[in-house]
Amino acid sequence: MNAATERAIQIGILVVILGGWQIGTMTGLIDVFFFPAPLDIGTQIASWVADTSFYRHVGITLTETVLGYLIGTGLGVAAGVWLGLSRSAARILDPFIKGLNAIPRVVLAPIFVLWLGLGLWSKVALAVTLVFFITFFNAMQGVREVNPVVLSNARILGANRRDLLRHVYFPAAASWILSSLRTSVGFAVVGAIIGEYLGSSAGLGYLIAQAEGNFDATGVFAGIIILSIFVLLIDTVLNVVEKRLITWRPSAGEERPA
Amino acid sequence: MSAAVVRAVPQPPMPASPQAQPSQAKSMVSVDNVTMAFGSFVAVQDVNLTIKDGEFVSIVGPTGCGKSTILNAIAGLLQPASGSITIDAKPVKGIQGNIGYLFQQDALLPWKTAIENTELGLMFRREPAGVRREKAMAWLAKVGLRGFEHRYPHQLSGGQRKRVQMAQALITEPQVILMDEPFSALDIHTRHLMQNELLRLWQEDRRAVVMITHDLEEAIALGDRVVILSAGPRSHIIESFDVDLSRPRDVAEIKLDPHFMDLYRNIWASLRGEVEKSYERRD
Ligand SMILES: Nc1ncnc2c1ncn2[C@@H]1O[C@H](COP(=O)(O)OP(=O)(O)OP(=O)(O)O)[C@@H](O)[C@H]1O
Ligand SMILES: [Mg+2]
Repeated sequence: MNAATERAIQIGILVVILGGWQIGTMTGLIDVFFFPAPLDIGTQIASWVADTSFYRHVGITLTETVLGYLIGTGLGVAAGVWLGLSRSAARILDPFIKGLNAIPRVVLAPIFVLWLGLGLWSKVALAVTLVFFITFFNAMQGVREVNPVVLSNARILGANRRDLLRHVYFPAAASWILSSLRTSVGFAVVGAIIGEYLGSSAGLGYLIAQAEGNFDATGVFAGIIILSIFVLLIDTVLNVVEKRLITWRPSAGEERPA
Repeated sequence: MSAAVVRAVPQPPMPASPQAQPSQAKSMVSVDNVTMAFGSFVAVQDVNLTIKDGEFVSIVGPTGCGKSTILNAIAGLLQPASGSITIDAKPVKGIQGNIGYLFQQDALLPWKTAIENTELGLMFRREPAGVRREKAMAWLAKVGLRGFEHRYPHQLSGGQRKRVQMAQALITEPQVILMDEPFSALDIHTRHLMQNELLRLWQEDRRAVVMITHDLEEAIALGDRVVILSAGPRSHIIESFDVDLSRPRDVAEIKLDPHFMDLYRNIWASLRGEVEKSYERRD
């Protein structure tokens, strides 16, 4: 099947679903109170996008996401590489890490609001707690799975500890870390949105919470769609970054079987 | 396959002087009563081996007898359970700076290109970027990889990777060169080219070399001495044969030399029993 027919089928599926939904709401088969008409959702999105104050909300959510993401992944990589290299530290800290990771993050949101207020930082903190552990476990695994022969080779060639870190451990862990960076983006957004949803005065999560407060299902659906577009855009950026950073790995198509 | 390797095959006529250098040279590597164990499993026991400066020693023995283990001990990657190893009269404690090790397995850094891998040893020695790039280019050309400088290991064939590994191990001009089955991944033709190339490089600048191989012909054709290890466990050296064939040698031609064939028969008579023993223990 070639790309054009696949694309045509995809569009066909979309048209059938949205068309059926629209017709259903118009004939009264679907209750618009629960499932607002696609055209109304479209109109809502269009009116938001046309309004400048909407971009303030997007900007705030984006700032929280990016800050939470950078701080969380930065701490996660540092801690993961450290504990990956130091077995004894890893063994000592293991129960604490497992315990902390077991806490459902949502319950932390009110505590962060208490500590950091209703502003930006309580949301960033929530995003950090979500992102940190994913990156942390991946970085630790990546460092531990360094090929021992490659490591011995580098040591015999005269690498000191810093050389090993820079030229062996980090690059070896890089593909693990990068794959976790992709997954973490979604979690950074989730952290920011939940934080906003539970208590804030701005952001996409706040928009959705407000629409919900008014029983405005159209607004909720529009918010959800905006959010998924938001995550897709960030993911696309990361995809490009990953391709740039890891040039040494065979890409999916040119992988050799042995 | 580049022409750079082919160039080495016709050897320049030189006066043959058997055993010219090594006989009166000082001892470079000395392995004294070394026993290597993994937990309660004793892989090799009471191994004694001396390699003189500029001497090329081949080690042969049945698979799994402990050849790589001995090499790892000389490299300082493994500690002997008992006995001692010295290099250039200094006891080996951990990794030394003056060793080149050609690993049996793939050991290139997958995230570095051929040229970056080759210059690694110089980079760790803090040589200026320009100098090391130039030397690395020259070494890649020596091993016949001109034009492959910017390929990543996954874009090279198995034989090409081995050659990058050789350039990487030799570029720092180590005093002792350890090679673990360096040519076993290569086809017979490439193998001859690489063996001749290795002999040429070694002839230019003689170092102490310990080469492990499964191939007895290769052991004799390249070595000044062939050391036979017994079947494991508790493997030890059973015999050591001097190879008094004149140098420089051409590996393809020397196999037709009657004296080579005599040596082969003698050494094989000794090795054969061990190989059979190691197979009997299989089941
Ligand atoms: N890390 C290890 N733990 C336990 N046993 C080991 C370990 N490494 C090697 N051995 C055992 O020690 C023995 C010698 O291994 P070694 O790799 O030195 O063999 P080898 O002579 O190089 O074999 P080959 O010719 O197949 O490469 C083998 O029986 C092997 O199973
Ligand atoms: Mg081996």
